[in-house]
Amino acid sequence: MSDTTNRAAGRPGKKGGWSIIQLLLEGRAFFGLIAIVMTFSMLSPNYATVSNFLIMSNHVAIFGLLALGMLLVILNGGIDLSVGSVLGLSGVFAGFLMQGVEIQSAGVIVYPPVWAVVVLTVALGAFVGMCNGVLVAYFKVPAFVATLGSLYVARGVALLMTDGLTFNNLSGDPALGNTGFEWLGFNRIAGVPVGVLILAVAAIVTGVILSRTAFGRWLYASGGNARAAELSGVPVRRVQVIVYSLSGVLAAFAGLVLSAQLTSAGPQAGFTYELTTIAAVVVGGASLMGGRGTVTGTLLGAFVIGFLSDGLVIIGVSSYWQTVFTGAVIVLAVMLNSIQYGGRGKT
Amino acid sequence: MRVPETDEAPQVAPDTTEVVLAARNVSKSFGAVHALKGVNFDVHRGQVTTLFGENGAGKSTLMKILSGVHLPTSGELILDGEAVEIASTVEARDLGIAIIHQELSLAPNMTVRDNIFLGCEIMGSTGVNYAEEGRQARELMRELEEDIDPLTRVEDLRLGQQQIVEIARALSANSRILIMDEPTSALSASEVEVLFKVIRDLKARGVSIVYISHHLEEALTITDHAVVLRDGVMTAYAPRSEIDLEWIVRNMVGENFDIGSPPSRHEMGTTALELRGLTVPATSFTGNAVDGLDLSVKSGEVVCIYGLMGAGRTEMMECVAGRLPATAGRVLLHGQDISSFTIAQRIEAGLVLVPEDRQRDGLVQTMTVGRNLSLASISDFTRGLFTNRRDENRIIEDSIREVTVKTDGPDATIGSLSGGNQQKVVIGKMLATTPSVVVLDEPSRGIDVGAKAEVFRILAEHAKNGMAVVFSTSEVGECLSIAHRIIVMRRGRIAAEFTQDTTKEAIMAASGESLVA
Ligand SMILES: Nc1ncnc2c1ncn2[C@@H]1O[C@H](COP(=O)(O)OP(=O)(O)OP(=O)(O)O)[C@@H](O)[C@H]1O
Ligand SMILES: [Mg+2]
Repeated sequence: MSDTTNRAAGRPGKKGGWSIIQLLLEGRAFFGLIAIVMTFSMLSPNYATVSNFLIMSNHVAIFGLLALGMLLVILNGGIDLSVGSVLGLSGVFAGFLMQGVEIQSAGVIVYPPVWAVVVLTVALGAFVGMCNGVLVAYFKVPAFVATLGSLYVARGVALLMTDGLTFNNLSGDPALGNTGFEWLGFNRIAGVPVGVLILAVAAIVTGVILSRTAFGRWLYASGGNARAAELSGVPVRRVQVIVYSLSGVLAAFAGLVLSAQLTSAGPQAGFTYELTTIAAVVVGGASLMGGRGTVTGTLLGAFVIGFLSDGLVIIGVSSYWQTVFTGAVIVLAVMLNSIQYGGRGKT
Repeated sequence: MRVPETDEAPQVAPDTTEVVLAARNVSKSFGAVHALKGVNFDVHRGQVTTLFGENGAGKSTLMKILSGVHLPTSGELILDGEAVEIASTVEARDLGIAIIHQELSLAPNMTVRDNIFLGCEIMGSTGVNYAEEGRQARELMRELEEDIDPLTRVEDLRLGQQQIVEIARALSANSRILIMDEPTSALSASEVEVLFKVIRDLKARGVSIVYISHHLEEALTITDHAVVLRDGVMTAYAPRSEIDLEWIVRNMVGENFDIGSPPSRHEMGTTALELRGLTVPATSFTGNAVDGLDLSVKSGEVVCIYGLMGAGRTEMMECVAGRLPATAGRVLLHGQDISSFTIAQRIEAGLVLVPEDRQRDGLVQTMTVGRNLSLASISDFTRGLFTNRRDENRIIEDSIREVTVKTDGPDATIGSLSGGNQQKVVIGKMLATTPSVVVLDEPSRGIDVGAKAEVFRILAEHAKNGMAVVFSTSEVGECLSIAHRIIVMRRGRIAAEFTQDTTKEAIMAASGESLVA
């Protein structure tokens, strides 16, 4: 038998060395964005101009709003395929309200003011999202299927409402008191487009919700392990319903901003945007398994996707190649995600 | 002959048996954490070598190195006298090394049969030979004396049964070295006895076994050699004939202490938790898992629930916590009927459950240690709309101190903690809600003697301050530690009730367990 009490010295805390790689990995979306801006600036003199940045940021605003909602859903371990359709439906619904609503029993046509149009449209987005949430949380329909259903239904309703046509007149009439819709798309405050400001506000609110409220903590916990979260007193189902509703709300805002930017509302608006949006969230470092992801990452992801596709257009790459590039970036991003999350826990 | 290569390792006593697999001067670091520091470890042919050590001592890490999960940072492995590099679990399997992991590694959506043969399917002329696999799976279940249909899906099994499947999988590999990292943590005494019979058979066939367990007495009955690890260093080594329980504990923690401190005699309060005719249907068979159960627990009282696997303990506790619905009966908390409350409302009212399966029900793997600890008490550090970081950190630091979690800090990932420390996080999380009734399902699962004593001490202290404590265990020894009352469950009913002055034998007999010499 042999004992010793000989123990090795304490644990020296050694860091550095490979921390450069760590930093590059952690900030990959950021460095990717810088690389994109530098590359396209060299390739085209038109890229790094104020006017182009304004155009690009208008595009980013749309994707950014959708991506914030998608981030919430993905953090919760779900997916929302309906955002593109909800965007389209919201635009059409707003356009429909701007044309005036005829109330048959009273025999009058009501022209709601712009603020009412915004409120009603956002409420519609929330309603569609809530339906998704209820299906997922209470009827146990897989998120993929439930939101795929709403993708079709919302698009179909948008087509029905317009008969497949587009509302081209959204400017309203001063006599009817419903002017000002373009403000959302064209105006700038201190040089910043309103759409971008809306994105900034939405991002800050989302960030605060995620990091500083009980709801944010519930969201991360139920996305990481719903069973454990439930046993710790997290109202898992309620969280799910709220999350999908918020995604719907943000998609409705994106629909309003987009139709204001285009000064028209077509039923095909936002077609396949859900995929671009998922790409932005993933490029921003969120895990599709749920529980991991940040607002800053997602915004960067939206910028990367937006600046990349616009850059490819500017340097005149064919749209076929654009598709190839975007796909490659997404795969690369997911690969880096799994390197970063690999070996940490089982999910 | 084995000669230690560093001064850190103790002088190894000469031994006549042959060494099949040896680790020489093995070190392993995870970033700044040095989990193993120059460890020498021998596996003897046809014998059982048991590794003892506190939570986080590095036992699982060493086993993962031997089985190809991790590569050592430095040092080498010697198999049959030759240096080998085991770079993957597949290579380990080809070399004849199989492992039963501490944290179960089964695919829950697949059947028992498919899990057992996962990665080494038996091929016939037209693809996988399911009939043969099924036959062998049934054979294994028979050997383990467990009544599990090979076509059941793993997620429909109780934790203990899943552990049996994990064991069966390792046995099916017919390996010559079998590593068992806490194989019995969810098994009851009679099942452990069956496992030990299997181990003796394997030994007779020349299979070498490495065994890890925090059930020290149990491990002593099966082992031939004992090795003690402490903070990643091997501190002691001896053959079975030279050691006893006291030796292990002294080498593991450096001091000896009483594991079963008797319950304090203090005044009990009024009835805190009452179950009236509680009936819970079973998920895996037709019938009731809990069958018209009546139980009442006073404030300040500690009640231990003992029973075999399938006695209905987990179902009863999950129903009390609000996870499983009852088909009949009521749950009363301080006289108030809470049968219709949600889990969150029950926690708010002061009733919490520490679940049995920490990976599935206890931890959020994507969150840090700190956020896991504070998860159940979010409302306690929310001021108005927002969470308050300072209050949260206070709660986290208090619980890390109270349940003595060994961690780099609150920001460490949960996966970086050793199994026992993860268990302490689950307990700490629920205690942080300052409950008045706490229900713990196998709270000592996977924690070391020191921590076990610590957890029971904490519970006893809370009880003294008026908390009602109900805990379940499959280790008879634990029944006699702090409990005022011992309830034996059998087939969903209370089979017997004992006070402190009973014996292990009486408890086991009441549970329907045959005593093995
Ligand atoms: N993947 C990892 N990353 C970082 N640290 C780790 C990792 N795995 C283990 N460790 C650390 O290494 C040490 C040894 O862990 P190990 O799991 O081997 O302990 P153990 O002896 O098996 O404990 P237990 O009895 O609780 O299972 C611990 O301090 C643990 O935190
Ligand atoms: Mg371990």
